[in-house]
Amino acid sequence: MSVEAASSRGGAAAVPGGPALDIAGLWKSFGDLQVLRGIDLTVAEHEVVCLIGSSGCGKSTLLRCVNLLEPIDAGRILVAGEEITAQGVDVNRMRRRIGIVFQSFNLFPHMSVLHNVTLAPRKAAGKPKARAEADATELLARFGLADKRNEYPDRLSGGQQQRVAIVRALAMEPDLLLLDEITSALDPELVAEVLNVIRELARGGMTMVIATHEMGFARDVANRVCFLDGGSILEQGAPADMFSHPREARTQQFLERIIAAGRL
Amino acid sequence: MSGLGIGGPLDSGDLILRSGGRPPVRPRFDQSALRSTLVALISTVVFFAFVGFVVVNAPGWSAVQQSFFNGRVWQESVPDVVPAFLTNVQLFCIAEVLILILALAIAVMRSLPGPVLFPVRLITTIYVDFFRAVPGVLIIYILGFGIPGLGIAGVPTDPFFYAVVALTLVYSAYVSEVYRAGIQSVHPSQEAAARSLGLSQFQALRYVVLPQAIRRVIPPLLNDFIGLQKDTVLVSYIGVVEVFRQAQIDEAASFNFTPYVVVALVFLVMTIPLARFTDWLVARDRRRFLANAR
Repeated sequence: MSVEAASSRGGAAAVPGGPALDIAGLWKSFGDLQVLRGIDLTVAEHEVVCLIGSSGCGKSTLLRCVNLLEPIDAGRILVAGEEITAQGVDVNRMRRRIGIVFQSFNLFPHMSVLHNVTLAPRKAAGKPKARAEADATELLARFGLADKRNEYPDRLSGGQQQRVAIVRALAMEPDLLLLDEITSALDPELVAEVLNVIRELARGGMTMVIATHEMGFARDVANRVCFLDGGSILEQGAPADMFSHPREARTQQFLERIIAAGRL
Repeated sequence: MSGLGIGGPLDSGDLILRSGGRPPVRPRFDQSALRSTLVALISTVVFFAFVGFVVVNAPGWSAVQQSFFNGRVWQESVPDVVPAFLTNVQLFCIAEVLILILALAIAVMRSLPGPVLFPVRLITTIYVDFFRAVPGVLIIYILGFGIPGLGIAGVPTDPFFYAVVALTLVYSAYVSEVYRAGIQSVHPSQEAAARSLGLSQFQALRYVVLPQAIRRVIPPLLNDFIGLQKDTVLVSYIGVVEVFRQAQIDEAASFNFTPYVVVALVFLVMTIPLARFTDWLVARDRRRFLANAR
């Protein structure tokens, strides 16, 4: 299996109904804290959308809602035309189509790299062990991790761990990949190796929604950038427009702070 | 006793790096470590020699020696007491397996979310509260005498059976709490990662949460099992002839406490290797999974 194969398979599955991801009127609160206030977002197939905004603006919560890790208060989420937030939907089946990679890697520390990658294909998707291992080995090799397949996660660098986490998500051949600040926990010199993996995935046509603080990367890889503020999408557009001519005052403030911090 | 603090490499002044110049030369023999070991050894020998001297020169020593460390009684009771210990071994081997299974089931049931499963959580919580509160001896009495006393046809009458059941019920309550602490110590992000890949809640528990939880609770599990091994002597109350009952029989025959000392030694011989085995198991796991563990 290759990344192209994964995304073209996603393409085939997406044919019957509309965009890869369609979020309408999504509200989410934690107790009294209103985190998401009516998010509307449509992501076309093969599109790469970056979510930017200050910490606590709801980027991560949005991604976790799309992966059904958080129950939502109101709204609808459709993946390839199928409503994943509907009553009585098989949550496990839906999650198999949506990969997510976390800031803190969340690899399983008691399993080797190969076992981390093959667990879900074998147990959730029912792949035979030999095939799951062959596919995983191929994916690991593709991302320069062939020699790490028998290592345990704690023996790898942060960058290697995050690449394994990406491979683990890809092994389920998702239609849509969600990336939640995947370089925020990495040492600066390890960020590039992870971002290069994402660039390659974008070239391969993987549909992705990326929450990130790496503005240079967002400008580089995104088809569209969404600025989240106070739980809603305040402004969105092509990266060139967003970064050079932000319309909203809040967006301008945010980007000024980013520039002052030397991150753009 | 201060000599027991054996000096590590940090104690040796010649390892402190000076700024500038060449790094210090490490001596072929670490003389200060050798000195620390010698001091520890001498201090230990002196301490125990002193304690031994005080005990042996106590006014009642010869009487105590006769009652507890009698060579003749020792020789007579070892062939009685040691085989009786096999009953205890059988008892805790069977009970431990049952406890590991029952306690895990209770811990998992208590961790299940959702309002529908409230009765499950309620029942398991009552179970744990009850069997941790009531002294184990009473449970052994009630089951061992009470149930056969009902006289229902087909109900077992063998006290060994009730001994296993009583110890399993009591210790499952403790062990389930150990498991539950282990389950709760696994960060929720692990379950989130498993569920995000499409694994079901049961699969996430089975493949991701429990393997990590159980590894973490091996030392406290062993702690409870050592307690269980010792508590097997309690079943002597309902007529199981095990090591402690046998020692009582020997004591009654000889008017001498030496058989009890034999019992104590038998338990020591049983548990200490088990404790070292657990240490080794935990250390091996750390070496396997962690980069910086030595």
